[in-house]
Amino acid sequence: MIRRPKPERFRLRRTMMFMNAQKPGLIKDAYIYGCDSIMLDLEDAVAENQKDAARFSLYHALTTIDYGSTEVIVRINGLDTPHWQEDIRVCVAGGADGIRIAKCESAQDVHTVEAAVEAAEKEFGVEVGRTLLMAALESPKGILNAYEICSASDRMFGVAISGGDFRKCMQTTFQRDGVDMLAARGQMLIAARAAGIQCFDTVFTDLDDEEGFRAEVLQNKAMGFDGKSLINPKQIRLVHEVFCPTEKEVRQAEAVVRAFVEQSAAGVGVFTVNGKMIDVAFIPGAQRTLRLAKACGMYEGDLV
Amino acid sequence: MINAVGRDIPEELLVNGKEVYQGKFYMDGKYMQKAAPKTRRYEKPAESKIVATLVDALKQCGAKDGMTFSFHHHLRNGDYVANMVMKAAIEELGLKDLTIAATSLGEAHDPIADYIEEGKVIGIQTSGIRGRMGEVVSAGKLKTPAIIRSHGGRPRAIEAGEVHIDIAFVAAPTSDCVGNCRGIGGKSNCGSLGYAMTDAKYADHVVVVTDCLVDFPNFPASVEAIDVDAVVVVDSIGNPKKIASAAARISQNPRDLMMAENVAKVIASTPYFKEGFSFQTGVGGPSLAANLFLEKYMDARNIKMGWAIGGICGPMVELLKKGKVGKVIDVQDFDLDAVNSINQTPGHYEMSASQYANPANKGAFVNKLDFVVLAALEIDTGFNVNVLTGSDGVLRGAPGGHPDTAAGSKVCIIVTPLTRGRMATVCEKVVTVTTPGDCVDVLVTDYGIAVNPLRPDLIECLDNAGIPHVTIESLKEKAYSLVGRPDDLQWEDKVVAVLEARDGTILDVVRKIKPLEL
Repeated sequence: MIRRPKPERFRLRRTMMFMNAQKPGLIKDAYIYGCDSIMLDLEDAVAENQKDAARFSLYHALTTIDYGSTEVIVRINGLDTPHWQEDIRVCVAGGADGIRIAKCESAQDVHTVEAAVEAAEKEFGVEVGRTLLMAALESPKGILNAYEICSASDRMFGVAISGGDFRKCMQTTFQRDGVDMLAARGQMLIAARAAGIQCFDTVFTDLDDEEGFRAEVLQNKAMGFDGKSLINPKQIRLVHEVFCPTEKEVRQAEAVVRAFVEQSAAGVGVFTVNGKMIDVAFIPGAQRTLRLAKACGMYEGDLV
Repeated sequence: MINAVGRDIPEELLVNGKEVYQGKFYMDGKYMQKAAPKTRRYEKPAESKIVATLVDALKQCGAKDGMTFSFHHHLRNGDYVANMVMKAAIEELGLKDLTIAATSLGEAHDPIADYIEEGKVIGIQTSGIRGRMGEVVSAGKLKTPAIIRSHGGRPRAIEAGEVHIDIAFVAAPTSDCVGNCRGIGGKSNCGSLGYAMTDAKYADHVVVVTDCLVDFPNFPASVEAIDVDAVVVVDSIGNPKKIASAAARISQNPRDLMMAENVAKVIASTPYFKEGFSFQTGVGGPSLAANLFLEKYMDARNIKMGWAIGGICGPMVELLKKGKVGKVIDVQDFDLDAVNSINQTPGHYEMSASQYANPANKGAFVNKLDFVVLAALEIDTGFNVNVLTGSDGVLRGAPGGHPDTAAGSKVCIIVTPLTRGRMATVCEKVVTVTTPGDCVDVLVTDYGIAVNPLRPDLIECLDNAGIPHVTIESLKEKAYSLVGRPDDLQWEDKVVAVLEARDGTILDVVRKIKPLEL
């Protein structure tokens, strides 16, 4: 049986690729495409009368396939369905890294799931607190309660918006400039940053519209998202490309971190690098850039 | 005797100067005596060479027991001609002990398997064998071992007289009344007739079979009337639906696309990827998709492809029309876009199989090839490739131009998924060696890239470009960890097929498979 290492609450999550947990051909080796996380779906992709079969398939995948360093998250069914408790037991028993709470609308939803996860961890002898959580906001109410959701639990690593359902609630449709979800994305990002967790954008469903996809990913990056949900492996490369820091950003970050190490050893708190004032507040951002650069194969140093 | 790829070749096959495979280019510089055909003179002017039936044509060419008939496979799985000819020869003329020398045989030729079982056909020489033919040969029902040669090895053997063709049959989409043939202009178009050219030049007799008679002269002709004895007009030479598919589509399978992208990355990392480079790729999913990604690299570096060869299909014709490749020269066309382009689009030419790939001539195209991208049924840790036998040991494949392009090219890239169903593609030891490992340079799979240690220069290229690669052993282990390690196949002693290397030495043999006992 595969035993996955303890999940890291904060790690690189540029790409989360959805796939139906019931499709062995998809899930058997989804890590080969190089996405940061895979999202095995028990919810919408699985027909109502196939929920059981999907759980079996999921359990066997989790326990027999070595996904290596690719994070494995499971999207469970909504709390308004008869499936979610059993979904959680399977996720925990199989050792999934995290659970995505579908249609999350309040901190109470997070607490409800957390209680079930904790019970399952005890039931299956899994370290309590091991299983991470993220929430999918799919309704106006979820967006309005974004901050209480984001800060509801120490297990929470991130929050994502689900565009399809949200647009329906808002009586709008996909707009190329993103205006349909601008406010929601913004509010969710602010909440996530305030709570200190990550934030992910929704899927882009038109696989043939490369230009539209690129525009949306560029906007995601500009708005400050950590990553994006995907529906097809061929979307991975572009997201990774866009989320790469520029060569200039990497060199600057490297100089900042290096200078900080040297200056603080010499007892200096504020200094300049390439003409810019730098103090301790700049360091986490610079380190984040270097970690991202390392993941993108642009930085091989040992500062992070 | 153990040969250079570690295969034990039975001594009884090593007669009449036959040798075992000694490594690539072993025959370089040696002299060969070409065999000339014995042909009939047609001195007295005649209006037409049309005869009423295939039987008449066979009689005119002196068909008798023990003869060798040749066929070419441009009509692919739509071919009716080989079956028609064999039926006329065996069922109408009562001939026996015949040998078929074909450029490839497939499911279209299932009926001929009956003639093997009846002992009427006693020899098969081909570059590919699939369907029932493969099964009956594997079951040991052919009287003599089948001889499998590459597309380049076949014209070499013909020119050297190792195969003597008594009657060559040309399936011609169009012909005039004296036998000038073309692959276009009719109702069963196939484009290039490149595989038939050497046969027509070296056979004692040539019979053209067509379903579209056109005015004389049918020019420019692929097979010329100067070599043709008789023309037979039939209702249909083949099923157009199976001859050329509609436009070959580039795969949307993400696995294929990922592998194709990595193939293009590898190509772009080498010094041979420069203005005017040459290229050949197959029509399988990832091989064909490599075109797409290669074009992106060409655009990014602002370079053009000098020329492309091979079996050709639409995506390459597109590149030609866009001016991104200088010339396309082909022996075979795989889809209607290519069929409709050959000798029509400026820069799209036809060539013979000998000109394409023959290792013994003085200027085969493969020798000038920079890159070739090929598929594999299996590849082992010695980089030996099998494209002939299935995991059950049964003949069901075709070396085709695989060994020729691999040996001739500067960089030979094999692209294949690590597993197919329960089968490990990367394995300890391939069932049959069809392309020797000393000709294979890079393996691209969905689980990683491996470079042949014989090519440290390419390892350096990949390292410099930051392309991760692993050992082929680790890919094999990964494959076995996923699908398990298969038991060895159980063979009987009887050799059912001899696999000739392109230079004529013996690369491997296929033995009769033991019936499965549970």
